[in-house]
Amino acid sequence: MILVYLIGILMGGGLLALMLGQWNKNLSRWIALCALSTGFIALLFFWIDQYRTINIHLSNPWMIDYRHDWIPLFGISFHLGIDGLSLLLLVLTFFLGILAVLCSWNDVKERVGFYYFNLLWILAGISGVFMAMDLFLFYFFWEMMLIPMYFLIGIWGSENRVYAAYKFFIFTQASGLLMLLAIIGLYFIHGRNTGIYTFNYFELLGTAISPGIAFWLMLGFMIAFVVKLPIVPFHTWLPDAHSEAPTAGSLILAGLLLKTGAYGILRFVLPLFPQAARELAPWAMLFGVIGIIYGAILAYSQTDLKRLVAYTSVSHMGFVILGIFAFNELALQGVVMQLVTHAISTGALFIMAGMLKERLHTRDINHMGGLWTEMPQMGAIAMLFAMASLGLPGLGNFIAEFLILVGAFKANVLLTIIATIGLIFSAIYSLRIVQKVFLGPSERQDPVHDFSFREIMVMAALTLSIVWLGLYPQPVINTVKPMINKLEYIFPIENKNTQKENHQATPLNAHQYRVKKQE
Amino acid sequence: MSGNDFFALTPLLLLAGSSVLIMLLIAIKLSHRVIQLSSLFLFAVAFSSLFFIQKLLPYHIEPLLIMDGFSVFIMGLIIFSSLVVNILSYIYFEEKEDSPKEYYVLLFLCTLGACVLAVSKHFISLFLGLEILTVGLYALIAYLRERHHNIEAGIKYLVLAAFSSAFLLFGMALIYLQTGSMEFSMIARSLTSLQSLSPLFLTGLGMMLVGVGFKLAVVPFHMWTADVYQGAPAPVTAFIATASKGGVFAVLFRFFIMIDGFRFKVVMLILIGIAIASMIIGNLLAVQQKNVKRILAYSSIAHLGYLLVAFMPGSMMSIKAVSFYLIAYFMTTLTAFGIVTILSNKETDAEDIESYKALFWQHPVLACIFSSSLLSLAGIPLTVGFVGKFYILAAGLQAGLWVTALILVISSVIGLYYYLRIITIMFAGQKSILSEEKKANPFFYRVSIIALSVLTLLIIWLGVYPSVVISFMEYFRLK
Repeated sequence: MILVYLIGILMGGGLLALMLGQWNKNLSRWIALCALSTGFIALLFFWIDQYRTINIHLSNPWMIDYRHDWIPLFGISFHLGIDGLSLLLLVLTFFLGILAVLCSWNDVKERVGFYYFNLLWILAGISGVFMAMDLFLFYFFWEMMLIPMYFLIGIWGSENRVYAAYKFFIFTQASGLLMLLAIIGLYFIHGRNTGIYTFNYFELLGTAISPGIAFWLMLGFMIAFVVKLPIVPFHTWLPDAHSEAPTAGSLILAGLLLKTGAYGILRFVLPLFPQAARELAPWAMLFGVIGIIYGAILAYSQTDLKRLVAYTSVSHMGFVILGIFAFNELALQGVVMQLVTHAISTGALFIMAGMLKERLHTRDINHMGGLWTEMPQMGAIAMLFAMASLGLPGLGNFIAEFLILVGAFKANVLLTIIATIGLIFSAIYSLRIVQKVFLGPSERQDPVHDFSFREIMVMAALTLSIVWLGLYPQPVINTVKPMINKLEYIFPIENKNTQKENHQATPLNAHQYRVKKQE
Repeated sequence: MSGNDFFALTPLLLLAGSSVLIMLLIAIKLSHRVIQLSSLFLFAVAFSSLFFIQKLLPYHIEPLLIMDGFSVFIMGLIIFSSLVVNILSYIYFEEKEDSPKEYYVLLFLCTLGACVLAVSKHFISLFLGLEILTVGLYALIAYLRERHHNIEAGIKYLVLAAFSSAFLLFGMALIYLQTGSMEFSMIARSLTSLQSLSPLFLTGLGMMLVGVGFKLAVVPFHMWTADVYQGAPAPVTAFIATASKGGVFAVLFRFFIMIDGFRFKVVMLILIGIAIASMIIGNLLAVQQKNVKRILAYSSIAHLGYLLVAFMPGSMMSIKAVSFYLIAYFMTTLTAFGIVTILSNKETDAEDIESYKALFWQHPVLACIFSSSLLSLAGIPLTVGFVGKFYILAAGLQAGLWVTALILVISSVIGLYYYLRIITIMFAGQKSILSEEKKANPFFYRVSIIALSVLTLLIIWLGVYPSVVISFMEYFRLK
């Protein structure tokens, strides 16, 4: 039931914020904050509670399950369930949700009620995506988050917002519809095989599909997820949407919306179409590596701060796809780490870009420079997150990228080596941010003020979490371990020679990590 | 005719009687308001009579009519949409015409025609219904005779409808020549042994398709649509888009199911071609438009194309998919045109897309209603349009129509662009250019808004919880 409440509190909070926002703008801010905090705290307690028992039942990764008939004639049910991966991403959703509310506290002055309504409904859609265990319901939530996001970009964005909002919506909607076709196709194939027509994820698992059809169905799913992720030929919506969206919008886009793509691949593509996924793996890894390099190069050549950060996302998400299609535990653990740490580090960079825009009224890094003297706090924090983004040991992103590269090395040596070059590029673009924005001569006359108290709180939360993930990632690794073991189980061929390692994978992780840190 | 026959015909008799009654009421010079209210009441009576004849179903009135679950359902939709149109008409015509009372007589007649179409199973009743509908529509379209667009639209519709009726008649004659019958089931019987169609029958069928295609406004018979939609008074446009097309579609569907026309390759190819062309061309043409009524006109072409995708499998699933999509389409179209009607003023209809600028900040309720109907037309979840589109895709994919389903998906993405454009305009800017004028009739203004709000709630409710309606459609049979 807690899962239903989680969605309910977001939707209800959104409606309340919309209605009460007519009278008092502050009220809707507080409502949004309370709704998200309540959900966050409830989830934290739930996590702590589950964490104790998590590694006892390794065979069953599912923690909680809620099912209620919805459209029984079609075999559609309102079916929510979470495992470690979902739980982790849900915690992330609520965490970033709180930060999104906080960082738009003074930013948004018009139509406040409607703004928080949209914000909360996006988060409700995203939470639903992470929980839905019925493919129809999944698609429902998948689409439901688009409309409020469209409004968020289209109404509160910057100059070129309408174009960006269109582009975002049409890209994601088109790819989503192709996924709907694939879902319906899978539904009928399963129905014809077994006589049971259902959209239930657990029953659709292991549907016998002829390889040719399976490949096309998988592509239907894949296209929706790689557009969201995004991987390279489908990424063009991302820089526009990220740079035009308001700060909270960029935060949610980069921190959560992109994650739904990776989540979809992990949850649906790999388990539903293992054989087809294996066929696709070399190509997917290739495109991942292209994304890493291409994103990094384009990031380097941007002058718009938000676009720059947006392209670093493309680069980082390349690692995700590379890791997923390596099909082994190390890489998959790295992918999950990457999802969390990228959300935090890139989110922080977007928030700071928003703060700079608010103060300087520009996003062009050529008009910045020398800000460290006036804003030492922001400079230091920006330095930290730039370091995180380039993968400095001790911060979360390092663990993630390191694990992915180690895992991918087993699958494909050449591509991994090329991907490693991406790390060097990331050092270049990250340092360029710091150098262009905070160092160098200052051209500014009028003073700018440093962090306010609210901003310090936001950045402190982000800093603590990225350092925590860098120093002690074990809770995250343990939480998703049952789910990843299950996933790995589907791909036994690749792992035949590494079976032995699997049993001791966790100590191995910790060991490697310790060794690396000593360096 | 037995007593039961009369009982089964109650809805039709009520509609016919109402038109005469209203005419008499006009003769004793009652006010517009009384006429409107009494016709509203009569529509409600006709609608509720549908529930009383439920227990008779299915009932055949040989050889012309059939009352079964499907036809009563379609009649219900038609009468319901006339009822909504009737509500909307008052504020629209009150400020434009001195005494627009005859309008209601015509509305009853058109509704009657559409209903006859829905229940007919014979060429004679088909043609009869179609002519009652069309002749009424000529006058309705040109009702505001001061506006020159109206006259133009009326003439255009007159010429093309007469033209298409001629095609239809000739096609019927050819089929009669071939099969020796005009009743659907007899035609079906003479076809059962045939593996392929004779050229004569095929020509007849083709000509009928031309005639029906004109009424449905599917590509390539769509030329009149945008002009007529634009020229006709907004409530009448709503009627053309819903009731008139619904009736024609229902009878076409029944005809094809009964003669099992889906097993002939040529026929299928023609239908697939029409469906694909309607979806793509309808959506593409709408992208260019700057007039909301024209956008909705082209979007309705595309929607008929979607309906044809559900139509083609001819399976049990397609009956349900067509029925469900018709509900979705009727409700959303009525809502959209309802907003256009409410926002129209004395001189012009609210058709310029710019006139919707910043509507959300001025009339949040109206903007929300319009947005949700547009989102439903675009097929976004939480609205009934999404479930409808899902149903259509399911029906299509069940029969293995992958190509048409794919084209449906692609073209609906194109469609998304222009629906979003209207929505974006409603949210853009600060000041609305619609003047905050005093409405002539605050009472009816409010009633119209309430009616549209109810429709909107239905759109969302059925989008979230469609099983009520779906289980109701379980028992539709057409053979």
